[in-house]
Amino acid sequence: MGNGHRPGHPGRGREGAPSPSDEERELVLPGEEIAAAGLKPGPGTYRVQGHTYASVLGFVSKRPPIVRVVALSGRYIPQTNDVVVGTVTDVQGTFWLLDIGAPRWAPLHMTGTPWKIDFGETEQYLKVGDSVVVAVENLDATGRIGVTMNGEGLGKLEGGTIVTVSPARVPRIIGRAGSMISTLTRHTGAKIAVGQNGRIWVDGTEDAIHRVQESLRLIEEEGQRRGLTERVTSYLRSTELPDGERPIQAEGPPAGPGKDDWVARDGEGPSSDGVDDAPRDE
Amino acid sequence: MGSVGAKEVPVLLGPDGRRIDGRKVDELRPIAITAGPLHQADGSAFVEWGQNKVMAAVYGPREVHPRHLQENNKAIVQCRYNMAAFSVDERKRPGLDRRSQEISKVIAEAFESVIFVEEYPRTSIDVYIEVLQANAGTRCAGVVAASVALADAGIPMVDLVPAVAVGKVGDAVVLDLKKEEDNFGSADLPMALVPQSGRLVLLQMEGHLSRDELARALDLGVVGCRKIYEVMKQALRDRYRTDGPGPAAEGMAA
Repeated sequence: MGNGHRPGHPGRGREGAPSPSDEERELVLPGEEIAAAGLKPGPGTYRVQGHTYASVLGFVSKRPPIVRVVALSGRYIPQTNDVVVGTVTDVQGTFWLLDIGAPRWAPLHMTGTPWKIDFGETEQYLKVGDSVVVAVENLDATGRIGVTMNGEGLGKLEGGTIVTVSPARVPRIIGRAGSMISTLTRHTGAKIAVGQNGRIWVDGTEDAIHRVQESLRLIEEEGQRRGLTERVTSYLRSTELPDGERPIQAEGPPAGPGKDDWVARDGEGPSSDGVDDAPRDE
Repeated sequence: MGSVGAKEVPVLLGPDGRRIDGRKVDELRPIAITAGPLHQADGSAFVEWGQNKVMAAVYGPREVHPRHLQENNKAIVQCRYNMAAFSVDERKRPGLDRRSQEISKVIAEAFESVIFVEEYPRTSIDVYIEVLQANAGTRCAGVVAASVALADAGIPMVDLVPAVAVGKVGDAVVLDLKKEEDNFGSADLPMALVPQSGRLVLLQMEGHLSRDELARALDLGVVGCRKIYEVMKQALRDRYRTDGPGPAAEGMAA
């Protein structure tokens, strides 16, 4: 995780003129000083004797009165109300522990589910290895992450497959107000659930899943460049089968944009409009 | 490292001041670093330094196993330095030995002092260092690789940590010992530097140095570390370079 993997990257050792983006968005490494006179050190920074330094690898973001470094890599850092895709790693009498790609496992208590469960019955509902869509409910100073399955669009995932990408790429995968996801669902008919933690659930025909996977890989590798939507669209067009040979959709009519697709709330307003009921197969 | 046997002591320092491989006393071996070669780890780095080849992988912060090692107010840093059986001339017996335990411990402590461990209580940051080919200075190459891997893993820390060994061959204090110099020289002084503060977070010594020589060795090592620091930064820049025109219209930061 955290790896926009670029095999055989050709940039090694090249010392060309910085591209415009390098000037606009300053890449800093841990220990590098940031010019931040009059700004308070925010996340990803620290201050020693009046000088501000980066503590993580990322882009500098100056929004007075705070300067911060937006990390380009690393594990998922949960925030309250994030919708995430998790996998059960442990079952206890009254709760499950979920791996959501965060520094710690997140307990899902049985009261946080829509089910009526008696003590000890937890395993009948979710087993180790099952995947769920949950929302981050509360965080405390010790790093404990409380999650809930009560809410719109939350629940157990049946069927499908999970693709993992870097959490830093999630805003790109969702696109503006969910535009990238609608593009993917429109062209493939697949059902997609994006977790803020970079885990993406995809269900549909074998062909649809494959094309979505390839598109996600494209977004992850080239997410920093311009014209991404066009590139994804052209990839999807080039792999489209002629009308007559189109495989039958997973079930029901082809999903229309904003109807069957389900998009994680990305904290940017409009996209949460698209939130629909839980993605359920059979 | 390697066997000394009954070989003759080679000429380590020529009359022209050149070393066994033609380097000057303050010259480093060629070093190349690749950031992020491994897919499954949270962060990784591969270092080729002279004839050393060292891979580092970082996982975490993640749940601590076994649980009782967990600390309530900070992350723990665990390190495993390991040499491959095929990394040296004669097969190295695989697995933990006293030497690798010691190196694992000092490297873990060096990183614990630069990572902001209090940001991730009750978790573990695991550093794996695998030496694939050894030619003296592997603990320094390991520190360099691990440090780039930690940055690649997005772990918050004070700075990258370059490291290098200084030693004494003949009468001269020399930078970055290679195998023959390590085996037949009279001192070996590996060190790791935090360039931001000028603090040393790892310093060990084998052999003998006078006070004066020690002072010179430290100065030489710090200069060497700063050169390696630049290579480390370039490796990370190359990996995270934003190629082509940037997505000015669609900011990544949510």
